[in-house]
Amino acid sequence: MIVGAGGAGLRAAIEVSGKCRTAVLTKLYPTRSHTGAAQGGMCAALANVEEDYWEWHAFDTVKGSDYLGDQPAIDVMCQEAIDAVIDLEHFGLAFSRTPEGKIDQRRFGGHTRNHGEAPVRRSCYAADRTGHMILQTLYQQCVARDVNFFNEFQVFDVLFEGEGAEKRCAGVVAYELSTGDLHVFASKGVLFATGGYGKMFRISSNAHTLTGDGPGVLFQNGLPMEDLEFYQFHPTGIYGLGILLTEGARGEGGILRNGLGERFMERVAPTVKDLAPRDMVSRAIHAEIKEGRGAGPDKDYVYLDLTHLPPEQIDAKLPDITGFVRTYLGIEPKTDPIPIQPTAHYAMGGIPTNINGEVVIDTNNTVMPGLYAAGECACVSVHGANRLGTNSLLDIVVFGRRGGRAMAEYVNVVNHPNITKSAANKVRDHIERVKASGGGEKVAELRTTLQETMTRNASVVRTEESLREAKATIDDLRKRYQSISIDDKGSIFNSDLTEALELSHLLDLANGLVMGAIARQESRGAHWRDDFPTRNDVKWMKHTFAYQDEDGNVTLKYKAVVGGKYQPMERKY
Amino acid sequence: MVTTTSKRDVVDAMKLLTVHLRIKRYNPEVDTRPHWQDFEIQAKAADTVLNALHTIKWTIDGSLSFRRSCAHGVCGSDAMVINGENKLSCVNLISDVGTDLVIEPIRGLPVIKDLIVDMEPFFAQYRSVIPYLIADDDPGYKERYQSQDERARYDDTTKCILCACCTTSCPVYWANGEYVGPAAIINAHRFIFDSRDHAAERRLDILNQKSGVWRCRTSFNCTEACPRGIKVTQAIEEVKRAILYDRI
Ligand SMILES: Cc1cc2nc3c(=O)[nH]c(=O)nc-3n(C[C@H](O)[C@H](O)[C@H](O)COP(=O)(O)OP(=O)(O)OC[C@H]3O[C@@H](n4cnc5c(N)ncnc54)[C@H](O)[C@@H]3O)c2cc1C
Ligand code: FES
Repeated sequence: MIVGAGGAGLRAAIEVSGKCRTAVLTKLYPTRSHTGAAQGGMCAALANVEEDYWEWHAFDTVKGSDYLGDQPAIDVMCQEAIDAVIDLEHFGLAFSRTPEGKIDQRRFGGHTRNHGEAPVRRSCYAADRTGHMILQTLYQQCVARDVNFFNEFQVFDVLFEGEGAEKRCAGVVAYELSTGDLHVFASKGVLFATGGYGKMFRISSNAHTLTGDGPGVLFQNGLPMEDLEFYQFHPTGIYGLGILLTEGARGEGGILRNGLGERFMERVAPTVKDLAPRDMVSRAIHAEIKEGRGAGPDKDYVYLDLTHLPPEQIDAKLPDITGFVRTYLGIEPKTDPIPIQPTAHYAMGGIPTNINGEVVIDTNNTVMPGLYAAGECACVSVHGANRLGTNSLLDIVVFGRRGGRAMAEYVNVVNHPNITKSAANKVRDHIERVKASGGGEKVAELRTTLQETMTRNASVVRTEESLREAKATIDDLRKRYQSISIDDKGSIFNSDLTEALELSHLLDLANGLVMGAIARQESRGAHWRDDFPTRNDVKWMKHTFAYQDEDGNVTLKYKAVVGGKYQPMERKY
Repeated sequence: MVTTTSKRDVVDAMKLLTVHLRIKRYNPEVDTRPHWQDFEIQAKAADTVLNALHTIKWTIDGSLSFRRSCAHGVCGSDAMVINGENKLSCVNLISDVGTDLVIEPIRGLPVIKDLIVDMEPFFAQYRSVIPYLIADDDPGYKERYQSQDERARYDDTTKCILCACCTTSCPVYWANGEYVGPAAIINAHRFIFDSRDHAAERRLDILNQKSGVWRCRTSFNCTEACPRGIKVTQAIEEVKRAILYDRI
């Protein structure tokens, strides 16, 4: 059983197909998944255009993670990256090519030659729609393998069997959107690949459907979430909208400028300049705006400037994103700089797993048999405190494949679980309660309030005070959530209802994020505390494990980072 | 009344306008047939039609049903008929389409509820054209090479997001659901003209059948409807020519 049909879920499905009976449950048609929105590329040290080694890639990833990534996992990812790209090419992916016909590669933030010397061309891409191509290609391969899809089935609970050391995952409860029927799927193995939860922020590059359902469901069942406080803000979202403009735009030579026209990244990262990692660039933008050097009537944005690039290069390499700018801002990027601001983008944290996608349930790395996770919803952890661009498309294919393989092996040696229909009762009760409620609180209003407070208080720069404010708002929203009511009482495509259930996941995960962020009194990667502006390796080189009890209260535990060859050092670029 | 508000003009783009939406509603649990419902909301010129639908759903009537996900034209969820034309609601601004909107579900597929149609027939047609790479050679542990020209040959049709705007704008498809439709054909085209693929013959055979390309009457509706700017009719013509002249 695979839950989710984005890059991670589809890659896992390809791996298990033919090895065991498989079903993929997905709340969206597979090709609607947000993997399709990814633009820039996927890194692998193919060395097609210049010298490169997977060890350099691993070094950059460790440093990019601000030393919170687990090095053995990072080694696995960077080593298998090369295979993963070749696999995709064999599956038919239409990569952009070099003049000799090899897979072309371009520069991307934080990816360097020889341990930081200079930017390196490592990102394999297909124009600026790499994710679209990956999603299409993987779906095509699932069609070729006749994978069994349950489209528009939304999973709202996970089932277990047995107690203590005997406990194992035994299936899921899914809600069929077109009928409103609840289905109990008994299964020996379940792999979650439900993507991110960026819709807890107002300015976000994420789809409306990225509501953290997989992590939310497990969190509500008492399983831990790892490193929730590490949430990435991408520097270049379209101003006011958050729609992403790929880092590939800077890889192609685009420059960030403040309201005075200055190339401010020269000051912040003299070597790699505009191609510094995302956390640093987002903070630099924040600082420009705070110090009054922003652009526009409210001085609250900066510019991404592509005007010096040859128009043919823009058309060939960045057609989609320049189209977005024309559509939504009415600006011509070939002649005018583009107003941008940081946008909530990527969850480094999520369901804790080991390198085989097995979900771990405590700080001793105890595995929950039968339960797997891969992709953005999972935390291996290869991204640590800050993901490098292009490493997520890589993560989803590498760990989708590994998780699928491990699950196929496991299900072939265990027996079928015993699950009865009554397993759906918890979800049924929740649904009935929401439908019957006359409480008067509105889902959209609560969600908007959550998004506002998260973007204002828990994003690029945080303080104890701002986080406490977010926490107070979340507490209040969770109380009000008890009296939400909806207009649609029907069974068929009741998105009024599903939005209500999704909101419960966003609220829980936001609460976990803020709690982790309050506790972590240091600045590391994407988690920047103005009141603790340095990294503290003595106290904080550790992963957060957040647990939620039945009353919704969160407790935090910690697990040491797994080191390797690279010792922590100051991050300069 | 169509507004002429320019997107460039920041002040105007932010000004609130009154937008009238006339939406074809159908809820099989209560309605015997579809009916029109009118809504009036406030929206900015720079808002999308999807924003307007969300305003209705989130503040007036939570039962209004439509699909959406990415909200910027890449996932293909929200094809609908807006003022008579197939469009994605999320890439059309009020300043593009005006303040008087008539919105219906796309045609040619069974309506399930409001703007939601059954996409299964559409995806079945997609699957029928063998939409995946079939290569007989074994490249071993290396990438296959492909020249930039070979890559460019099928670039346009790789852009398809399977939104069904093209297929459900086709009069032939409305009249006969057996026709595989433009979307399936361009997804076949994407592989027929990929130098790495070896199954062009099989796909051309499928498209040479009576449900295939010969049903196309070159009405160009599909090309106009494509939100990705794919030259759909041209791709169909290229497939027709490949069948006639055995040329790839
Ligand atoms: C705009 C944008 C650009 C990006 N560009 C890049 C890039 O250039 N390079 C890079 O490496 N990364 C990039 N990323 C990040 C990367 O694309 C994502 O992290 C990655 O694609 C996530 O893949 P996934 O398979 O984990 O999840 P998704 O693709 O989001 O898929 C989630 C799946 O889960 C399903 N699902 C969710 N909830 C449920 C439920 N309750 N029941 C059933 N199914 C459910 C959905 O239907 C969907 O199929 C980008 C992200 C964004 C937003
Ligand atoms: S919502 Fe994704 S294309 Fe419109």
